[in-house]
Amino acid sequence: MTTKTIRCTINGVPVEKTVDVRASLADMLREGCALTSVKIGCQVGECGACNVLIDGECFNSCIYLAVWADGKNIVTVEGLKSKEGLLHPIQQAFVEEAAVQCGFCTPGIIMTALSLLNSGKKYTREELRYEISGHLCRCTGYENILNALEKAINSQHNEK
Amino acid sequence: MFDFEALYEAQSVPHAIELLRQHPKARIIAGGSDLLIKIRNGEECGLELVSIYTLNELRGVSIMEDGTLRILPLTSFSHIIKSPVIQEHFSVLAQALSQAGGPQIRNIATIGGNICNGVTSADSASTLLAWDARLEITGPSGVRRLHIGDFYLGAGKVDLRPAEILTAILISRESYSGYFGRYIKYAMREAMDIATVGCSVNVKLSEDKKTISDVRVAFGVTGPVPRRAPAAEAAARGMPASMETVEEFAAAVREDITPRTSWRATREFRTHIAEEIAKRALIESIKLAGGELA
Repeated sequence: MTTKTIRCTINGVPVEKTVDVRASLADMLREGCALTSVKIGCQVGECGACNVLIDGECFNSCIYLAVWADGKNIVTVEGLKSKEGLLHPIQQAFVEEAAVQCGFCTPGIIMTALSLLNSGKKYTREELRYEISGHLCRCTGYENILNALEKAINSQHNEK
Repeated sequence: MFDFEALYEAQSVPHAIELLRQHPKARIIAGGSDLLIKIRNGEECGLELVSIYTLNELRGVSIMEDGTLRILPLTSFSHIIKSPVIQEHFSVLAQALSQAGGPQIRNIATIGGNICNGVTSADSASTLLAWDARLEITGPSGVRRLHIGDFYLGAGKVDLRPAEILTAILISRESYSGYFGRYIKYAMREAMDIATVGCSVNVKLSEDKKTISDVRVAFGVTGPVPRRAPAAEAAARGMPASMETVEEFAAAVREDITPRTSWRATREFRTHIAEEIAKRALIESIKLAGGELA
């Protein structure tokens, strides 16, 4: 077994990890870092449950080699908690709009929502559908998820 | 954990070539959005991999002094879509790539990987072929360039010789200046799907916008590799920009294509769709070029 030591920033904290070169980033985050918001769904990059931010862009961590994370800045849902322990406005919107049923797809969609929020743009409902097309939710039919996204992303801009 | 035998990480292009020489059986991995899935599914196992993914020297889009567009192969689909150079001079490529996979796939998938896989359904391939892209390939004996049409040798087979890697995709000024084009992908779903048929058309109109000075069209999934449609091009080149020409162009498509029946679609269905989307893409291209269809 070949291993490699990588350095990266995870949820704002610089870390050094020794990983099996065959590991996916999802393997490393879940098993090496106990960040279990990163869900393993399809393992082939189709469902989006393992989606995380790498240098501000969304990636399915199940098809991203852990060794490629060397030098990168990674954010998972665990990194959204405020110092006071409050939910992030995106998470709060998911609660208010009942956009969660089983919850398995939720962390991945939250990370996509964060990248949309960070883009500084406003999105129509159709555009939001396009932007979450890399996520599968088998419970909700997406309506409440879209309601939550509209609320979180577009209202954030109104406040500014 | 992926089932592969070894991973060699290239630090530079020369290093990648050296690693490929040292490990002649090794496969190149770029973004891995095809290869890692094949490994996961057990279609490929025990591979040695040379990773070029972290080579930032192979990322970016620029215009060279002579006006040639230079797209580096590890540029992700989403970075190509967002590139101001692509938006200005080659927006049909952005339009084609924005129909591939979903957002996360477009962030990891590289345009070089999309071509080097040799897959007929690749969303970038028909557009690059229809714009006469040339490929720059670097290997142990230096750099060579060839037309993308000559790169495709057969289904899944491309003209990459031992220890060679794709290092740039080039579109000359003559190939893009004054051309307007459209890519139409026919698939069962609007996202996360593979084309049943894909068609990329572009035109250059005469100054008075009444004649089609040049037209180029390429298809994906109408044969084992992405292919141009010479009979259709001949039927419309030099002809008036009219609905009559469009109909003749679409009818000629049949002579150029050899689709097959698979679980996705039958040969007959693909033939029908190919004609129809070629027609629509030509109409849209003519309109984009400022023409009016009589």
